[in-house]
Amino acid sequence: MSAVTGTNATDSSARTRALLTAADPGRRRTDRIMQGLIWFAFAIAMVPLAWLLWTVTVEGVGRMSIDFLSLSMRNIFGGDPGGGIYHAVMGTLIITGIAALISVPVGILTAIYLVEYGKGWLARSVTFFVDVMTGIPSIVAGLFAFSLFALFLGPSVRMGIVGAVALSVLMIPVVVRSCEEMLKLVPNELREAAYALGVPKWLTIVKVVLRTSVAGLTTGVLLAVARVIGETAPLLVTVGVTDSINLNPFEGRMMTLPVFTYRQYQQGYAPCPAGESATCVADIAFQNAWGAALVLIVIVLTLNLLGRLVNRWFSPKLR
Amino acid sequence: MAQRIDVKDLNIYYGDFLAVQDVSMTVEPQSVTAFIGPSGCGKSTFLRTLNRMHEVIPGARVEGSVELEGVDLYGSDIDPVAVRRNVGMVFQRPNPFPTMSIRDNVLAGVKLNNKRISKAEADDLVESSLHGANLWNEVKDRLEKPGSGLSGGQQQRLCIARAIAVKPQVLLMDEPCSALDPISTIAIEDLIGELKSEYTIVIVTHNMQQAARVSDRTAFFNIAGTGKPGKLIEMDETSTIFSAPAQKSTEDYVSGRFG
Amino acid sequence: MTITDSPPRAGVRPVRRRRSSDRGFNRAFRWISHGAGITILVVLAAVALFLLWQAWPAITAGGEQLATSVPRFPADTSLLAYVGPLVFGTLLAAVLALCLAVPVAIGIALFISHYAPRRLAQLLGYLVDLLAAIPSVVYGLWGFLVLAPVLTPFWLWLNENLSWVPLYGGQASTTGRAMATVGVVLAVMILPIITAVSREVFLQTPKLHEEAALALGATRWEVVRTAVLPFGRSGVISAAMLGLGRALGETMAVLMILSPGFSYSLDILAAGQHQTIAAYIAADFPESTGLGINTLIATGLALFVITLAVNMTARWIVSRRKEFSGAN
Repeated sequence: MSAVTGTNATDSSARTRALLTAADPGRRRTDRIMQGLIWFAFAIAMVPLAWLLWTVTVEGVGRMSIDFLSLSMRNIFGGDPGGGIYHAVMGTLIITGIAALISVPVGILTAIYLVEYGKGWLARSVTFFVDVMTGIPSIVAGLFAFSLFALFLGPSVRMGIVGAVALSVLMIPVVVRSCEEMLKLVPNELREAAYALGVPKWLTIVKVVLRTSVAGLTTGVLLAVARVIGETAPLLVTVGVTDSINLNPFEGRMMTLPVFTYRQYQQGYAPCPAGESATCVADIAFQNAWGAALVLIVIVLTLNLLGRLVNRWFSPKLR
Repeated sequence: MAQRIDVKDLNIYYGDFLAVQDVSMTVEPQSVTAFIGPSGCGKSTFLRTLNRMHEVIPGARVEGSVELEGVDLYGSDIDPVAVRRNVGMVFQRPNPFPTMSIRDNVLAGVKLNNKRISKAEADDLVESSLHGANLWNEVKDRLEKPGSGLSGGQQQRLCIARAIAVKPQVLLMDEPCSALDPISTIAIEDLIGELKSEYTIVIVTHNMQQAARVSDRTAFFNIAGTGKPGKLIEMDETSTIFSAPAQKSTEDYVSGRFG
Repeated sequence: MTITDSPPRAGVRPVRRRRSSDRGFNRAFRWISHGAGITILVVLAAVALFLLWQAWPAITAGGEQLATSVPRFPADTSLLAYVGPLVFGTLLAAVLALCLAVPVAIGIALFISHYAPRRLAQLLGYLVDLLAAIPSVVYGLWGFLVLAPVLTPFWLWLNENLSWVPLYGGQASTTGRAMATVGVVLAVMILPIITAVSREVFLQTPKLHEEAALALGATRWEVVRTAVLPFGRSGVISAAMLGLGRALGETMAVLMILSPGFSYSLDILAAGQHQTIAAYIAADFPESTGLGINTLIATGLALFVITLAVNMTARWIVSRRKEFSGAN
């Protein structure tokens, strides 16, 4: 190479280097700032989560004992540190259980309808209104269930079953949505393989589609239960409150965990005329509330975790 | 001013997987270089290391060097954003921004620079870029319409206009005609022939006739089997590759015996 | 047993039975599943009808009649004037929450879809979803006992130094039981739903468009700005509407934190100014009788109509967007 092209090469090399290192500081700064803000947004969301879980654990764990989990609040007044949440736990399990019994068949069948049969305006409107139904405020669901039963049983009706109906209204769309997603994951080849063997459609659905997606459906149901088990407002207006154990959802008021938490919060500080003692704790109501909140959160988080694990462990590998 | 690319001993990894092994080549300025080879041989992967686009995939990394006029693209003081601005790219499927008008699509890269550009300057740039992409006469009356309303071939030329509007030195094309009909393909090929007087052009293609039609030099990549890395088999004048290749596998490939 | 051989196995037995009973079973199964779908529509219609039915006595009753039998009913007014401040409070709380939540939610969604390390992204997404799993009554308890005392000094500072801003005027609450605190808690509660929907939309951004922006020399933020945000805009809007719907209907957090009042005041730092429909119903329902219950259900009907309108708009935007992207 001649000397002339040599200098040319160094020249263009220097110019290229200038081009390739010339980051616009303004743009780079914007990029950095936005990256920082976006990380910060995530951090901001984690603050209340960690803070809340921490508070509930710390405040609630002190109240945990066999008594707290196995006694009701019957005959407990003022700052008496006795009693427990047994009646509320049972009420929650019974009412949520009935709600699940109502919602799961309707929800899964609707999902089957949408995925396997749905065509035309009916399917479109069902899809649309399922989505709209997910947005019904929980208190409105409670008012609906109350109105329904008040029509037959008068305006003072307060029963577990009314609450269960209210919860179903909230639960059905959640079940439909998640089960629909799961059924859609079943590959069409499986259905066609069954049809090709002369299996009728309903048996294909029951034996192939449902069986393939059973883990996913379980997950959907568990997450839906987790979603409604913490509902307070609809139960407050339909089931009411009680301090005693009532296991019959068709008669009388029942207690539930979320409502118990609210009820204890409502009690506020107890007057202790003789000062704090073993029989009178001023903030016992708040301690009870935190205790119930801890149990509730443990239940909800367990259901969530269980749901995700069921899907991860038991769902067949389709791909 | 088009620039020369020198690649030395380049290995490309995805995590621990060696995707392309030991490539060394020189890409001459103001010429068209074609990469050919069977599917999965790493030619597109290699193309993407020439403007650091492979870094988008997590775990992708390279060993060796890619030099543009003697400057290593992977040097520590090099800004990848500036590299991509300097080395433009056109993709397999035309990808104009669907929410932008034709005019805004052409200006998209320039506007990123935040530089105040007067309307007259912008108009000039849009016109010259669209002229450069042989698209001006077809779209000059509908510059404010969305770019997604154009035909596939027009969209691809719009993407080329968008790429040359930021005034790069090198233009990489990743199978630019594979999603287009034959007539649009001819339009793009003609355009490539015109663009090479100003840019260094590298084109990946599946179509050997296309490589023969548009390129000055051709590089043949091959892969020994699945899971094995892709390699550069040979690189030479296009006429030599298609008439008297040095390697047996090149001859097999260009004569259509596999691939 | 693998999945691929399950259809043949499932198919072996029924084939023989088919001729005799299939037709009946097939039809029955189809009708059952159709019936379930129709049930959904019936339930939604029933909700509207029963609410209207129970609300009707209150709607038709005159102001004087309501004033005598409904506690807290202001004299010489109509049902509309009575519901008005509640609707105002509901909207104020929801809009406040939305303003706080949307920017953060977009940030989180972008973080999970485009910024977080790929392997961690799913796990971090679960963490955000956990915010939705926490029962509202726990949010209320935490907001009242923990968050409100912490925020109070900050609210007082705003009230003292920025009282010329319309929202920060008035007499600031010293307990933190004001709309501002409610807004913060509601914002946290609606974060996960807005995040979840936006995240899905952002993840759907065509790779082609992101690469186009990158190849033009865009920084990561510029890729987001030129390719991701324009593509996801309508999705984010509908996500925000869904969040709005959720915030409008939230009961317990408001009930437990807010010190209620019935004015059209904008002073979000002051106590005793606002109340939302849902919290009002939950607070008064247990003690109400007769026409009082009808009146509460009438306000509930108003809430139902508002949330229905918001949700339907949101879903309509989503479905329109689907068609739009399907056509391309």
